[in-house]
Formats: sequence, C-alpha cells, structure tokens
Amino acid sequence: MRIVVNGEPREVADGITVLQLLESLGLDPSRVAVELNTQIVKKPEWPHRTLESGARLEIVHFVGGG
Amino acid sequence: MEPDRYSRQVLFPGIGAAGQQRIRAAKVAVVGCGALGSFQAGALARAGVGRILLIDRDYVEWSNLQRQWLYDESDARDALPKAIAAARRLAAINSEVEVSPLVADLTAANIEEALEGVNLILDGTDNFETRYLLNDYAVSHGVPWIYGAAVGSYGLTMPVLPGKTACLKCVYPEPPSGAQPTCETAGVLNAITSAIASLQTGDALKILAGHADSLRPRITTVDVWSGEVRQVALPPPDAGCQACGWREFVHLEGKRRAPISLCGRNAVQIHERAQPLDLGQLKAALEPLGEVRANEFALRFFLPPYEMTIFPDGRAIIKGTDDVGLARSLYARYVGA
Repeated sequence: MRIVVNGEPREVADGITVLQLLESLGLDPSRVAVELNTQIVKKPEWPHRTLESGARLEIVHFVGGG
Repeated sequence: MEPDRYSRQVLFPGIGAAGQQRIRAAKVAVVGCGALGSFQAGALARAGVGRILLIDRDYVEWSNLQRQWLYDESDARDALPKAIAAARRLAAINSEVEVSPLVADLTAANIEEALEGVNLILDGTDNFETRYLLNDYAVSHGVPWIYGAAVGSYGLTMPVLPGKTACLKCVYPEPPSGAQPTCETAGVLNAITSAIASLQTGDALKILAGHADSLRPRITTVDVWSGEVRQVALPPPDAGCQACGWREFVHLEGKRRAPISLCGRNAVQIHERAQPLDLGQLKAALEPLGEVRANEFALRFFLPPYEMTIFPDGRAIIKGTDDVGLARSLYARYVGA
C-alpha cells in the first residue's frame, strides 16, 4: 500500500505498524516523534498502531546541538 | 533613549507602542550562549528587551567563530567565558538593556535562584539534560520556553506554553538513548543555527509583546541544505505526561541527573547515566577529531589538554580539569547527553 512520509510517497507492506515503519526506515525510535494524519501518536502506541493506505506521516527528528 | 531606535518594529502592527513597552518591561533568560543563544541574545538586545540574563558554562574557542554571532577573534584568543563576552557585546549593541551574565552550569541545584523572576526562557543549550531541566522548571512555574536545536544542516524549534501547549516531555517523554550526533561530531552550518534562533526570536517577541494567545502551537523543522521546511501541529498538554499531567518534576529534583564526582587531582567522573553507549559507533564519530583508542571495555579520546575515558555504560572520566561544568560540557559536546 502507499503512504506518505514527510511529503514523500512510499510503498509499504499492508498492516505495517508505526514502529515497523520506523525500523524499516532505519530510524532510532528514541530520536523521533511521529504525527499520523495530523495527530501526534504517543510512543507506547507505536507497536500496535497500524497504518492504512493513504496515511500521511510526519516524522520529526529530535536533535540536541545548538 | 533615541526616539527612533525601535521605530521600525513599533510600526509593525503586532508590536506597536504597547507591545514595545511590554518588551521593555520583560526579563528574558538565554540559556546557553553558543550558536543559538548568541544569536537570540543579540536579537533580543536590539529589539529592546529590558533585562537579559545570559547563562553559559563554556569559553569562547576558535571553532565557535564560524557560527556564534556575538564573538570575535579577541574573545577566542582570551578564552573569555561566553556569558561575559556576550554581555560586553550586548552592552555595546544597546546600552539601554540591563544584561546579567552568569558563568555557570545550570543544574537542579541553582536553577530556581538563577531564573527567579524570568518571564520567558530561550533555549540556546547544546544538550538534552539541560533542556529537560528547563522544561521541568518552565512547566512547574508556568513560564513559557522555546526549544530549539540544530546539528548539521537540520534544526527544529517548538514553543512551549505551559497549560496551553504540549511540553517537550509530552512529545519526547525521554531524552534519546545512547551517543547522539553533536555539532562537534557531525558538524553544523551557521545558516541552520541562525535560522532556528530567528524562529525562536520571532516567537519570543510575539509572546513578549502580549500575543501568546495567538501563537501557533507547532514544531517547525528546517533543513537549509535540502531546502525542506516542515511543520507539525503541537497538541495541547498531555494528561499522561509526567510533567504536564502528573506534575512530577524529576529533572528539577535532580533525580535524573548523572552524578558527578571529582576523582583525584585534575579529573572529573561522570557516573553511569543508564545510557548504554556503542563504543564502536562513538569511535567512528570521534576519530576525525583526535586520537582515539578503544577496546570493548573503554574508549579513550585525546583532546589536549583533556583526555576522556568513556565506558560502555555511559560513564566517563574526564582528565585535565576539575571544573565540573567544563567536564559536563565536554561530555555533552563529544558524547551527546
């Protein structure tokens, strides 16, 4: 199915969870926040929150420099 | 006072004469006077913020001059404390502003006294530890603060209005684990630090001028290399958040802070941080910066006149100083904390 991550269309497996998506993108879950269809999804929900076709995600990377 | 001084921003309808009065009456803390903080401090002084508190634990180094707007070669040559160098520059920029420099490591032990009476806090720090401390302080006292951070060509910012918007902990309940990319290990462009600091300053002026209610709650991310700018709406405070919901301020109570001890002469130990490190990854990040020797038990990084020995459990011994603030700063800059 097709979803949109940070504005870029992506093909992913049906029923993929937020956590599986982050892992498939090689992202460290401790460094990101995730917005799904304009709502922030809390971290404890990531392992069982499944994505639907057309889902729009924003993944925000947290950094510490300054 | 020169009557024309603030005329251009007073002409701007969002500020006006009343907003300028409020800006003048405000006391703002700039915590961390590196790339973000020195830019914010300069902008706030020019905008006529009445009182500016500058807090920083570091000294000006040559590698700072590429992006830390307020400093010049003489500051680096003299290794002046950043808070002092910044305060001198602000006095020259705007003598009407009352500037208070504080050369200190902001901790749970001194934050209450240091930030007493502050109306707004701007994040110019370079580490997660201090940001979680600021978040706890801000939420517990109902003082707005504006998070900002940058590494490489990427940065992000979010305003936290306690009681109205989510806080840092609502969005990121815990600091990231393990070694993190820092400006020292991954590099940083001055365009991103000034862009993020500008966005923070814009929100600051809006809040100070009395328009916090119409501030749009959002996280903004910018990458000045890819040209990408993105925003995510910031939700209201989370009832399940340890800080906003439960009002448990573990960072403010010092419970989450890695203890530090002086070990012998001229060395500081930063104890286990419950933050396991991948020494192989850290070695790769530090090798371009200096001599690194590592095995599975420890990594030794030579950064004359300092020597850092880092263990897989996150513990470190920093030789070459007995200044705890400096040791924390080195850890934050090279390991990430």
